[in-house]
Amino acid sequence: MWSAFANPHKFLKFSAVAAPLFYGAGALCILWGLWQGLWIVPKDEYQGGDIMRVMFIHVPAAWLAMASYSGLAVASFVWFIWRHELADIAAKAIAPLGAVWTALCLATGAIWGKPTWGTWWQWDDARMMSVLFLLFLFLGYMALRASMDSRQKAARAGAILAMVGAINVPLIKFSVDLFTSLHQPASVITADGPKMAAVYLAPLLVSSLGHGLLFGGLVMTHMRTEIRQRRIARLTAQALE
Amino acid sequence: MFAGQGEQAKPLPVTLLTAPLLTARDLAILRGERVLFRGVGLSLSPGEGIVLRGANGAGKTTLLRMLAGLTRPEAGDVARAAPHHWIGHKEGIKPQESPRGHLALWAQAWGSKANIPEILEKMALKRAADVPGRYLSAGQRRRTAFGRLLLEERPVWLLDEPYTALDASGKAMLDAVISSHLRSNGAIIASMHDIAGFPVTAEVTL
Amino acid sequence: MSAAPILAAFRQAFAEAWAGGAGALLPLGFLGGTAVLVPLGIGSDTDTLSAVGPGIIWVSLALSSLVTLERIFQADVEDGTLDLWLQTGAPMAGIAAAKTLAHWLAAGLPLALASPLLALMFQAQASLELLVHLGLYALGGLAFFFWGGVGAALSATVRRGGLLISIIALPLYVPTAIFGALAMTGGIGSDGAPMLLAASTLFACAVAPYAMAAALRLAAD
Repeated sequence: MWSAFANPHKFLKFSAVAAPLFYGAGALCILWGLWQGLWIVPKDEYQGGDIMRVMFIHVPAAWLAMASYSGLAVASFVWFIWRHELADIAAKAIAPLGAVWTALCLATGAIWGKPTWGTWWQWDDARMMSVLFLLFLFLGYMALRASMDSRQKAARAGAILAMVGAINVPLIKFSVDLFTSLHQPASVITADGPKMAAVYLAPLLVSSLGHGLLFGGLVMTHMRTEIRQRRIARLTAQALE
Repeated sequence: MFAGQGEQAKPLPVTLLTAPLLTARDLAILRGERVLFRGVGLSLSPGEGIVLRGANGAGKTTLLRMLAGLTRPEAGDVARAAPHHWIGHKEGIKPQESPRGHLALWAQAWGSKANIPEILEKMALKRAADVPGRYLSAGQRRRTAFGRLLLEERPVWLLDEPYTALDASGKAMLDAVISSHLRSNGAIIASMHDIAGFPVTAEVTL
Repeated sequence: MSAAPILAAFRQAFAEAWAGGAGALLPLGFLGGTAVLVPLGIGSDTDTLSAVGPGIIWVSLALSSLVTLERIFQADVEDGTLDLWLQTGAPMAGIAAAKTLAHWLAAGLPLALASPLLALMFQAQASLELLVHLGLYALGGLAFFFWGGVGAALSATVRRGGLLISIIALPLYVPTAIFGALAMTGGIGSDGAPMLLAASTLFACAVAPYAMAAALRLAAD
């Protein structure tokens, strides 16, 4: 199965089946999570009443934002070392999607923050700031790629930047954490197991799984498009010779 | 020592006693998705002057940059057995650098003890020796760059369109420098449109 | 392999920084201009000005590093010097670091040296603390120049690369800006901030040159 991620032909075959499966399963998970989150689970007055239900989008988006940057960094690293074209195609596909989920996380965070904290934007908050800078890393990556004049150069420049960004993420995170956080401390993953009530946890996890699957499906579709676009460009160049 | 675009290699004088200074095998490069050239190989032995020929945009400069190690080939490899000098299209002279300052800087960088006034004399740059780069004419800039060739003895010279912007006396001066380099068992690869005066031992056509 | 090419690169970059961009004058003018505009924009209230002063100086330092850096590698690509530096046999990371350091000396350090004067304009109390701040600005500015240098190297072949440098460098400037500001405000949690600032600057000096070298090899390709 791993060879499907190294060989464009195998990847096209694999993703032709996998992408629709991811979309279907992702949609089911997200819908179930939203149904649970919006209608079934009790609201938590301490977290702002009904508005806390935005959590079932906000938290998965935050996880995906981080996961997608990790994915971008790994794909860039793999490309830089082994020069697998598919790794570059994956990095190129992940960036805009990662930026979208990062922006979604910021937007839902602001919507949740206004009634709960009384402000759309809290500069003191470590997580908001970290996610904002993650968005900048994505945007910088996309801007850099777009300004290079060939796909080979875009791949190389993008990989350098993504790796520089990745080794800076812990430092950015640490520096931002020095600012006092208004968020409550980590409540899902702690040393003594989840503290969050199980009634919230299940829809949250299912919803996150759904977002992850949807993200995976979209990445595969983007990659399929990119593979074919490169093939078209290659064939066009050959035909012109 | 010649093979281009999949054609048959042309037999050339084989230097049995001396190993090649520079060998390139099966080089290929893409520009975007277009194959600029493929299957290009050459080998440069002491005393040889190889000329790269081809239409504008055929990839002469790109091939030279690959031989210098500046551009990464899509396929194939380059083995450099000896140090080389590089004279590109752009001379590498800063606006504030005079010919004297330029040569002094690179003498420092390369640890060369060459006599710079002598080189300036040889390049007929005496009068322009202290003029900042931004006021130099194209020909004076070329001469300054060629001065680098004399800072340090290096067996391989890679020259991109060396005769561009030179007047008659400049061309004669360059001819003299080139033939003395070849006589002392140096070797040259140069891209050129007009090979008048250049002692060609082989050609690579792209 | 010797250090000679690296020293020569430093010498050339330093001469270029003074010759090309009027040396320290241009960034100093930039910094001074910003510092004069701010009181006009936010009012002349003494307390407000002394509160925002250090922050304004940090922002100006970051911005003027970006203004200076736009040309440091782009000029090398355009005049062919980069090709020569790539073929010296010395590690490109060393050469890139030397060039960055030279530009920091010509443009970043003068800004730090001028900071006490600007702080006084922002109604800070004249005290020895301003000299400590000077050291912090110098240290933080060095990190700005190294991370900005990565952006500059990556966008060396891009026209209007200055805009690209800012968006690339901005997230990388964050730790320095935070540690630097924390070290100056002296609030809770700021005890170790000067050390953290020093550590993050060292980190930048250790990592950024390799990224610059990779980016410059790409720029010449």
